[in-house]
Amino acid sequence: MARIEAEVGKPQGGFMKWIDDRFPFTETMKYHATEYYASKNFNWWYIFGVLAFVVLAIQLVTGIFLTMNYKPAAAEAFASVEYIMRDVEWGWLIRYMHSTGASFFFIVVYLHMFRAMLYGSYKKPRELIWIIGMMIFFVLMAEGFAGYLLPWGQMSYWGAQVIISLFGAIPGIGEGLVEIIRGDYSISDITLNRFFALHVIVLPLALIGLVFVHIVALHEVGSNNPDGVELKEQKGADGVPLDGIAFHPYHTSKDLVGIIVFLMIFSSVVFFAPDMGGYFLEHANFEPANLTATPEHIAPVWYFTPFYAILRAVPDKLWGFILFVLAVLLPVFLPWLDRARVKSIRYRGWIYKSALAIFVVTFLVLGWLGTMPAEDIYVLAARIFSAIYFAFFLLMPYYTTIDKTKPVPDRVVYHG
Amino acid sequence: MDRLKVLRRVAAVAVLFVAAEGFASGSGAELQPANIDPGNISSLQRGARNFMNYCSGCHSAQYVRYNTIGKYLELSEEQLVDNLMFNAEKTFDTIQASMPADDAARWYGTAPPDLSLMARAKGSDYIYNFLKGFYLDPDSPTGVDNLVLEGTSMPHVLWELQGFQNAVFSEHTADGGTAHEFDGMEQVTTGMLDAEDYDEFVRDTVNFLAYIAEPIRSERRKLGVWVLMYLIVFLVIAAMLKKQIWKDVN
Repeated sequence: MARIEAEVGKPQGGFMKWIDDRFPFTETMKYHATEYYASKNFNWWYIFGVLAFVVLAIQLVTGIFLTMNYKPAAAEAFASVEYIMRDVEWGWLIRYMHSTGASFFFIVVYLHMFRAMLYGSYKKPRELIWIIGMMIFFVLMAEGFAGYLLPWGQMSYWGAQVIISLFGAIPGIGEGLVEIIRGDYSISDITLNRFFALHVIVLPLALIGLVFVHIVALHEVGSNNPDGVELKEQKGADGVPLDGIAFHPYHTSKDLVGIIVFLMIFSSVVFFAPDMGGYFLEHANFEPANLTATPEHIAPVWYFTPFYAILRAVPDKLWGFILFVLAVLLPVFLPWLDRARVKSIRYRGWIYKSALAIFVVTFLVLGWLGTMPAEDIYVLAARIFSAIYFAFFLLMPYYTTIDKTKPVPDRVVYHG
Repeated sequence: MDRLKVLRRVAAVAVLFVAAEGFASGSGAELQPANIDPGNISSLQRGARNFMNYCSGCHSAQYVRYNTIGKYLELSEEQLVDNLMFNAEKTFDTIQASMPADDAARWYGTAPPDLSLMARAKGSDYIYNFLKGFYLDPDSPTGVDNLVLEGTSMPHVLWELQGFQNAVFSEHTADGGTAHEFDGMEQVTTGMLDAEDYDEFVRDTVNFLAYIAEPIRSERRKLGVWVLMYLIVFLVIAAMLKKQIWKDVN
């Protein structure tokens, strides 16, 4: 009698079974970690997805603590940031981690996108992962832009002034749209308040949602690899891809090494050069927003400057805006612009290799030009490099068709 | 061997970052380097004295608390109150200017800016050259102009110490236009300090301004070394763990 009671009271299989009967915990763990198989020949280009996730976590946690002390009001914002920097316990560290994290978010995401271009990760069947990724990038741009207004420094104010006024170039609805964004006739306390709401609620929610969908889509089709070989086409008798190894513990243990190296670089900036020579924290932003005095030279933060250079290269305001939007949107169409039969750069011909190399140089030069004053020589250079930027995308269907590709092996290349 | 290569690369990058921060203080054209020594506590103490005696009458440092300064500059509360605090403020107060901002704006046309962050906004070199750059200009309401900030509304507050000087410009005609080129300063009246001592006075003051712009600077650098050392140890362990786990991958 006593024995039966004990069996009734105690669930079979212990605590995990109790959970699993009510929530697919073990199943989810297997699907996404211990039985999610990714190629064993990942190189370090494959670390940036994980790193983007790490930076997201840093931004969310430090953001929560900043929110506890920051005041989203024009009269108090600047002073509250200095209060965090000077009087809040560890406030300086939290703030530097957040400001450095913003720049590193873009560094990591740009490199993550470049990896996709190296190995054709956006090609079939991963088009949707790429599109969701681009949406993450757009939200990230909005998030960075909204966040940059919050310290209410000179560059916050005037940078926002320049970027928001761009929307005024849209015929018909432009002026009205600008007013809706600002919530006022100029950038004011109201603008700051709504940018705060966007920065801490709307956009982070969108970001987390999109990242979730990005990973679900990735785990549905499986990760690409440096050879662009479809792992699922070569499975063993047990149904496991021959070249695949489980995400956990194999890739997690490798990623941990990458994460620590990343943290070393990240910490070097946080502790030894948080301004990064005026690129991560602009000098003019150490002066509070002054509505009556424009800074000598307004430049957006570095991660927007490639697109800003394209905008400024066009003499007409509306066309400048159109090309700016196009420049940001064009990568979305890469899966269809790229007609090559192979994915990885390893098996592509010299044409794509050269095009990609030129594109990287172009992007970097445009980024540099965006930080320079709009003088003749720089504008001319920006025009030339903008043309190259667009040519890379628009001519892609042609040059990827005529490019001579090499045969792709059946299995990935792996040397112990 | 691979690990060593990685470490070497990381070290190289770290050096680059420190160098990048060095660039931060320079804001460009033809400024003489301030050559401040942030680790020199007595220079900072002298700078604090200079600031309280010559600057804080008109300029606030509204984000800086007296006791923060006291702690870093190794001053006791009595020393702080006796030497640096002239009004009825408490040691936890922030530094406010004696002159009301409204009056200042009326008298000078613009309120003297807060100096808490000036060294981060303009750079140490800029302030150093500004404080050395006043020269006589009969057309200016204050009698002086400044080489670094033309048309400044700030009078030459330190004239007693430096004396007055003339700026010597030479005219050059090139490409149809005339350009004025600065040739140097010419002492008109002597001050209480000779040129060398005045440089030292300005350098100490700038050093103090650089300190209050980011009081945590030296602490963050010290902490950074520990953080990096911790991460190096962690890296070695993680690399060993990875090697162990990947043993059966071939």
